[in-house]
Amino acid sequence: MKLVTAIIKPFKIDDVRTALEAFDVAGMTVSEASGFGRQRGHSEVYRGAEYTVDTVPKARLEVLVDDADAADVVEVVVTSARTGKIGDGKVWTTPVDDVVRVRTGERGPQAL
Amino acid sequence: MEINSGDTAWLLISAALVMLMTPGLAFFYGGMVRAKSVLNMMMMSFGTMGTIGVIWVLWGYGLAFGDSVGGLVGNPSGLFGLSSLLGDDAVAADTPVLAFVAFQAMFAIIATALISGAIADRAKFSTWLIFTVVWGTLVYFPIAHWVFAFDATDDSGAVTTHGGWIANGLKAIDFAGGTAIHINAGAAALALVFVLGNRHGFGKEPMRPHNLTLVMLGAALLWFGWFGFNAGSALHADGVAAIAFVNTLAATAAAILGWLFVERIRDGHFTSLGAASGIVAGLVGITPAANSVTPVGAVVLGVLGGMACSYAVSLKNRFGYDDSLDVVGVHLVGGLVGTLLVGVLASSAAPAGVDGLLYGGGFDQLWRQAVGAFAVLVVSFVATWIIGFVLHKTIGFRVDHDDELEGVDLTLHAESAYELLASRGARSVAAARAHSAAQAGDRHDTSAAQTPATSQETAR
Repeated sequence: MKLVTAIIKPFKIDDVRTALEAFDVAGMTVSEASGFGRQRGHSEVYRGAEYTVDTVPKARLEVLVDDADAADVVEVVVTSARTGKIGDGKVWTTPVDDVVRVRTGERGPQAL
Repeated sequence: MEINSGDTAWLLISAALVMLMTPGLAFFYGGMVRAKSVLNMMMMSFGTMGTIGVIWVLWGYGLAFGDSVGGLVGNPSGLFGLSSLLGDDAVAADTPVLAFVAFQAMFAIIATALISGAIADRAKFSTWLIFTVVWGTLVYFPIAHWVFAFDATDDSGAVTTHGGWIANGLKAIDFAGGTAIHINAGAAALALVFVLGNRHGFGKEPMRPHNLTLVMLGAALLWFGWFGFNAGSALHADGVAAIAFVNTLAATAAAILGWLFVERIRDGHFTSLGAASGIVAGLVGITPAANSVTPVGAVVLGVLGGMACSYAVSLKNRFGYDDSLDVVGVHLVGGLVGTLLVGVLASSAAPAGVDGLLYGGGFDQLWRQAVGAFAVLVVSFVATWIIGFVLHKTIGFRVDHDDELEGVDLTLHAESAYELLASRGARSVAAARAHSAAQAGDRHDTSAAQTPATSQETAR
């Protein structure tokens, strides 16, 4: 099994979720994240005092998939999250040793 | 004297409107601090409602409005606790004296609460409460007497109760408190900044407002309440109140534009914090002038006040003093602009019946305004510095370094304003105690040897 992790633009979550649903993934986890890559932060002004905010808000997406599906899921995420501008994010996969469904105790691919 | 029910109703409603300004101020200030100290910021306003509300009825009203001792302070004898004002004959200017007592109580509360913005994130709450009592008694009540206590006369014109020196001797025009409230609180705020010092990290670390929607809500409540503050200061439901009301609208509207204009030119953007700040700057500016300028004069005053304050708030960064929420830049500067502009923009067409410099009145009113403003500024600054210094050197006015970094909401009040992450969890201590007590009971049954350890647990 593989864990597909994606850092994407927050407003792209809906597009990516719709595309993943069409691909029949069983579930996903979304959390808020912030950081920087090539896209840097911005500046804000409060009563004339300027602040730079160095990190950019992003969404972090995690999907557990079968080894065989990993490459396709990555492709689906990349295609649906792309705007073509700096700051579109990154997608990577990591190997997963074991997965357990909490409710039933099922293990491995059955728990996905 | 007959009670006029319309006037009384307006005065009581105005008092309630002014009361709402202090919670409004709490929101306005609370949104501007970081999330770790918003409750403390708001509590400084609410705590002031507690302390000043109590001492006002005990001795504050007497010090402010008792028969004058040399124009400097009221003689509170006979007015302690206000019992002497309960009778049907306690009537002044067609309204029960107690309605005026209520109205002026709210002024004392907001004036004191205003100061707290300068010492955000770092003041001991206990010392703040003591400060409000001392400052109210030694600074606000006497200065309110100077400005708001007018000579009272009987039917023959003889003075029965003497008032303060600025209102009756100097005859500076301060309709609703540009000097007594705003210059006073602004100068006091500056003094406390010098006593307490800057926040750790001031000028180096970001100290962005954590919730600008709270700031906007606070500004809205302040404006709403301020109609009671200014129009209510007519003390009658009459034409003066209506003119003060319209001027409070016109100047404030213009000040929003003035502040935003400066921001657009200087920083490149119209900001919501700028609009909210412009509202307060305009309200402060028109406060002393609400009965002495025409609506067009109010617009001019508002634009100038908004622009002046917008520039003034950037000075603290240049000079390096941490007036955290710009009490000096908005209230001291706005109060000075409004009070001095009365001497320039006053028109005899308005109820005060005085012409300023622009209307051919010469410098006569302008110097009266300047003397009144300067006197309040200097006395408030010096007296507040002494009070603050003594409190700081005795019981301490500032929290520990670590407590400040951790955030005063948690370290002073044992609370946090927002539960943004449910997963952080909060467990009921009472439930945990009940649980460990039940466990202790079980163990007690099975093994008496464990009793010492479990009773220690329960005690903890």
